[in-house]
Amino acid sequence: MTVGTLALLAAAVSTAVFPAVAGATPSGSVSLVAYSTPKPAYAALIKAFNATSAGKNVTFSQSFGASGSQATAVANGLPADVVNFSLAPDMNKLVKAGIVSAKWSATPTKGMVTNSIVSFVVRPGNPKHITNWASLVKSGVSVITPNPFSSGSAKWNLMAAYGAQLALGKTKAQATTYLTQLLKHTAAQPSSASNALQTFLSGEGDVLLDYEDDALYAKSKGEAVSIVTPPQTILIQNPIAVPTKASNPAAAKAFVAYLLSPAGQRVWGKQGYRPVLPKVASQFKFPTPKKLFTIDSLGGWTKVNTIFFTPSTGVVAKIEQGLGVSTSSS
Amino acid sequence: MSPPPAVDLGVRPDGPIPNPFAHGLRRSVGRWAGPGLAVTYLSLLVVLPLAALVSKAFTSGFGVFWQAVSQPEAVAALKLTLIASLIVATFNALAGLVIAWVLVRDDFRGKQAVNAMIDLPFALPTVVAGLTLLSLYGPDSIFHLNVADTKIGIVVALAFVTLPFSVRSVQPVLAELDREVEEAAASLGASSSVVLRRVILPGIAPAMLAGAGLAFARAVGEFGSVVLISGNLPFKTEVASSWIYSLSQSDQLSAAAAVSVVLVVVALLVLVGIGLLRRRFDIGESV
Repeated sequence: MTVGTLALLAAAVSTAVFPAVAGATPSGSVSLVAYSTPKPAYAALIKAFNATSAGKNVTFSQSFGASGSQATAVANGLPADVVNFSLAPDMNKLVKAGIVSAKWSATPTKGMVTNSIVSFVVRPGNPKHITNWASLVKSGVSVITPNPFSSGSAKWNLMAAYGAQLALGKTKAQATTYLTQLLKHTAAQPSSASNALQTFLSGEGDVLLDYEDDALYAKSKGEAVSIVTPPQTILIQNPIAVPTKASNPAAAKAFVAYLLSPAGQRVWGKQGYRPVLPKVASQFKFPTPKKLFTIDSLGGWTKVNTIFFTPSTGVVAKIEQGLGVSTSSS
Repeated sequence: MSPPPAVDLGVRPDGPIPNPFAHGLRRSVGRWAGPGLAVTYLSLLVVLPLAALVSKAFTSGFGVFWQAVSQPEAVAALKLTLIASLIVATFNALAGLVIAWVLVRDDFRGKQAVNAMIDLPFALPTVVAGLTLLSLYGPDSIFHLNVADTKIGIVVALAFVTLPFSVRSVQPVLAELDREVEEAAASLGASSSVVLRRVILPGIAPAMLAGAGLAFARAVGEFGSVVLISGNLPFKTEVASSWIYSLSQSDQLSAAAAVSVVLVVVALLVLVGIGLLRRRFDIGESV
């Protein structure tokens, strides 16, 4: 055994025995569990993080999938050092399971790592002249939005539609009527946001309701789509956290710190996400809707989920039942 | 070309069945090792998960179970799924017979390639299958056949994923069918339709039924290939597996389990029913 191998062995033993001494460079593997849309963004972010002094020794195992499924998987034991979901209720599932601290949202960015908005994706040149929410329910317009009971993205879409009506001065009853009309114009309700995009790209529908970042990504990949920013829309906020049971908390925290740093936020911005740091966000030219509202202005996710999205009894479930009954009897 | 010798797995009239697991072990151990292993394996993979499913479905009592399966969405999705699966199982039983017939009785260039292709629906990830079907039979169909967002689309997707069952269950039986009996019947003046009805069909009916049963059971639970082409519209084109997925995503796991139990029970009843029907043909276990 040469001196060199001995030194290597000693180094290996010391890192194994004393992982991440305070102040030392974090190392080891971080398992990232996230919802499906930011997959390409994370490829760029991990590369950029590995190029920093804090991230040079960190490796990643990554898992992407439907936000709700990912949260359920972690709640049932999937190891995770960093979790990133499409909406806060999925994070709260992990709070309930005792995996994420109840104070996850007590950070300068309120626990969020990225913002986005609900946008309209239309055919090139916008042949159906889709400009606002009213144009989605004109005769001859068909809409694609995922199924709200299986997709977090669909919940954002429908709350954007509902909140937009309130922003236009309509009553809650009128906003619910609008949701009914919108769902009546829905040609397909695919099970997830990515399935919805595939469905739209296969030629179905005139308008796809989608995350702005997802639409920008599709466009950057050369898909023939135009993006219309609705005059009134919802600010999508995507939460991130390091579980209390993370096996490599030092590296995980360093990575999340990078994601929330100006440098990391610039990478997010280049990937189509609206940065959560106002200073970084102002460096990008994201379109500004006339009225941008948050889920909190509609009562917050817990309330909204119960009122609108409880299967069979929620407002949206009742609308679907009404539509289902009326079409099956006609 | 003579058919390959039939593999005899039946009980021999004289003496016990030679147990392949008994070799090198004491007889008494060997006799139990095989069944024990099979039962353990089956329990771990099938019985325990199913038991867990049933217990999950009934955690809050029968009332809650009934509420979950009698919800209008659940009823609509179950009805659609069962009817579509029944249509597909029936249709594929006939289509599978025709394909198996061609593969066994006819010789043509590329037969081996066609034969190998039959199993591909098994290998293809179902979401990819769904995407492929959508691009071929969706709004941008090169054949101008648009079945997206319709019940026909669901049937097409299910027919695609279940075809291997229908072909592969009939094919070996058809290959072993004694052709001399057909010739004898024909020489005695039976018309070809009589030969088909009285000689061939009774021979392969159990296999066809078995294939149809498997196809039905598979179709009932199919998800990936269907959700894209169906449009997944509640009450119109939403299949049971998709409704179950929605329930699981909405944190209603016992309701999801309850609807799944209905699917499993129906599939079980169909498989048992087919087993009984096959016994009525009274020609033993030919598959």
